[in-house]
Amino acid sequence: MKNNNELAKEALLKKASLGEDIDINDYNQITEENPYIENLSSLNNQDRNRMREAGIEASEEGRTGTFLQMDHSVVHESSHQEGLEIMSIASALEKYDWLTDYFGKLVPVDTDKYTATTHLNPHQGYFIRALPGVKTTFPIQACLFIGKERLSQNVHNVIIAEEGSELNIITGCATASHVKEGLHIGINEFYVKKGAKISFTMIHAWAENIMVRPRTSTIIEEDGVFLSNYICLKPVKSLQMYPTAKLIGKGAMARYNSIIYAHANSNLDVGSRVILSAPNTKAEIIARTIANGGNIITRGHLVGEMPNTKAHLECRGLIIGNGLVHAIPEIEGKVEGIDLSHEAAVGKIAQEEIEYLMARGLSVSEATSTIVRGFMDVSIMGLPDTLTKEIDKAIKSCGEEMM
Amino acid sequence: MLYIKNLHVEISGKEILKGINLEIKERETCILFGINGGGKTSLLLTIMGFSGYNITKGEIIFKEKVINDLPINERVGMGIGISLQRPPVVRGVKTRQMIEIASKGLASCEELAGQLNLLDFLDRDINLNFSGGEMKRSELLQLIAQSPDLVLLDEPESGVDLENMALVGKICNNLLEKHLHRKRKKSGLIITHTGYILDYLEADKGYVLANGRISCMGNPREILEDIRKRGYEECMVCKR
Repeated sequence: MKNNNELAKEALLKKASLGEDIDINDYNQITEENPYIENLSSLNNQDRNRMREAGIEASEEGRTGTFLQMDHSVVHESSHQEGLEIMSIASALEKYDWLTDYFGKLVPVDTDKYTATTHLNPHQGYFIRALPGVKTTFPIQACLFIGKERLSQNVHNVIIAEEGSELNIITGCATASHVKEGLHIGINEFYVKKGAKISFTMIHAWAENIMVRPRTSTIIEEDGVFLSNYICLKPVKSLQMYPTAKLIGKGAMARYNSIIYAHANSNLDVGSRVILSAPNTKAEIIARTIANGGNIITRGHLVGEMPNTKAHLECRGLIIGNGLVHAIPEIEGKVEGIDLSHEAAVGKIAQEEIEYLMARGLSVSEATSTIVRGFMDVSIMGLPDTLTKEIDKAIKSCGEEMM
Repeated sequence: MLYIKNLHVEISGKEILKGINLEIKERETCILFGINGGGKTSLLLTIMGFSGYNITKGEIIFKEKVINDLPINERVGMGIGISLQRPPVVRGVKTRQMIEIASKGLASCEELAGQLNLLDFLDRDINLNFSGGEMKRSELLQLIAQSPDLVLLDEPESGVDLENMALVGKICNNLLEKHLHRKRKKSGLIITHTGYILDYLEADKGYVLANGRISCMGNPREILEDIRKRGYEECMVCKR
């Protein structure tokens, strides 16, 4: 049998099944090291603001821990709670021999050229783990930041929630305000053990010429819960991802929420897939997409492999001005006794709703932005209050220039 | 306060209001009776400036200014407020936000919602899965927050259960500042089909609207009596 290195080498030119093909050679794989930052408040204001738009607080206020990677260097890692480990993936691989049972096990390295490149030429990534029974009250923040022009950032991230633990994570990906072009690719492997819970909220704040191809897979054991939220409100040239969650223990649950806004010249192809492969498992996928000049393909795929499984998929799209929203929901039932459903709708802002808000005193443009904000309602995500407020804040900070 | 002169209105090329003349003075509460489909709601929505109601002739004068071409929100700014019969759902926009918008952030949402038994609705999407009566109360709640000088109410009592009917009546009275008696300034135009609202509210004038025209005008209680006795058929060919 071939090992991962051999498989990856063979896949270096393998095109992804979805999304525009990218020539990785157009981007720099080498860059100088950035120095470690002891105190995040020493970050310059521009970078801090960009990070804030991705949900990352340099003050660490209301955070249990922080991981910050700039370009290819891990420049800060801190954990403020006993039993909570936050470190670079390289340090973790050095520290734990057993990590090889997790690292590279969920996302095949030969999936496509992006996973192959990440495997052969990794530029760090994070390792976050909660020991059994440890519950984070405040979120952990992990930030992957690109500060150099035309850089390729290839990260491999692993998150493990041990039995009965609870992790709240905000991952913010952003570029420095002066960066025009770049490539962000990576492998994300998440493990939700028996009775554990991960709330994973990813906020992307890219720039107009950034290409993004993350590859993500999660497994959820018995009675485990995986909540994944994705928010992308800033321009991005091309972003394609299709994270998959596999429910392998009975009573496990997964939920994907996404709020996606496509500006002019932005192309987003985003899906979520849940495979229900244990009895009594449940899943929900909810997508809210807004095309304002850009293109969105919104995919969803539910696979019911065992009886007594229940899942629902909902895509709602809104087109403002011009743009494309292409919803591709798929449901696949493989046995008797499953309950899978989907609904999809693409529309415009109803005149009736605008006039209703005008009849309470708003102007046309105020009414329109109120309706669009409402459409991106984060309360649908069923998150803890603190996290809901954080996301609301991120949406508002992006929203002001978006409308 | 409001003066409507020979108002003709079309919807998609079909004339539905055919020369309406109507006046509401300061402090006056007027009732608009009429069969369903007679043009009552169209008249209210035209006064408010909703799209689709094309004025082909005539004038709407509010506070001595012709408002025919003003956008809805400017009419609101001048002091007109409406409670809709079937308000739309606006997903993700909460009842609380609507109160804040209507009051420009000045009202206490909890206090007002408490008055209308709508505390549990504050953080719900506006009108989503509201019953008919809940919608009516939510509309009145927003109007109270807005506190307009001219209150337009489209069948405030329809769909409201008996338990809440007295409450709705009381709120309508508050909106019209009935408790201030002679000192009050607010005026109202209230659509009713059944007339039940008159059991709770003193009104000054009544109009019957039929086939796009005002067919009768007078004391609202007497008009209601006539309608109850003889039906709308008679009122449409008013003998007054």
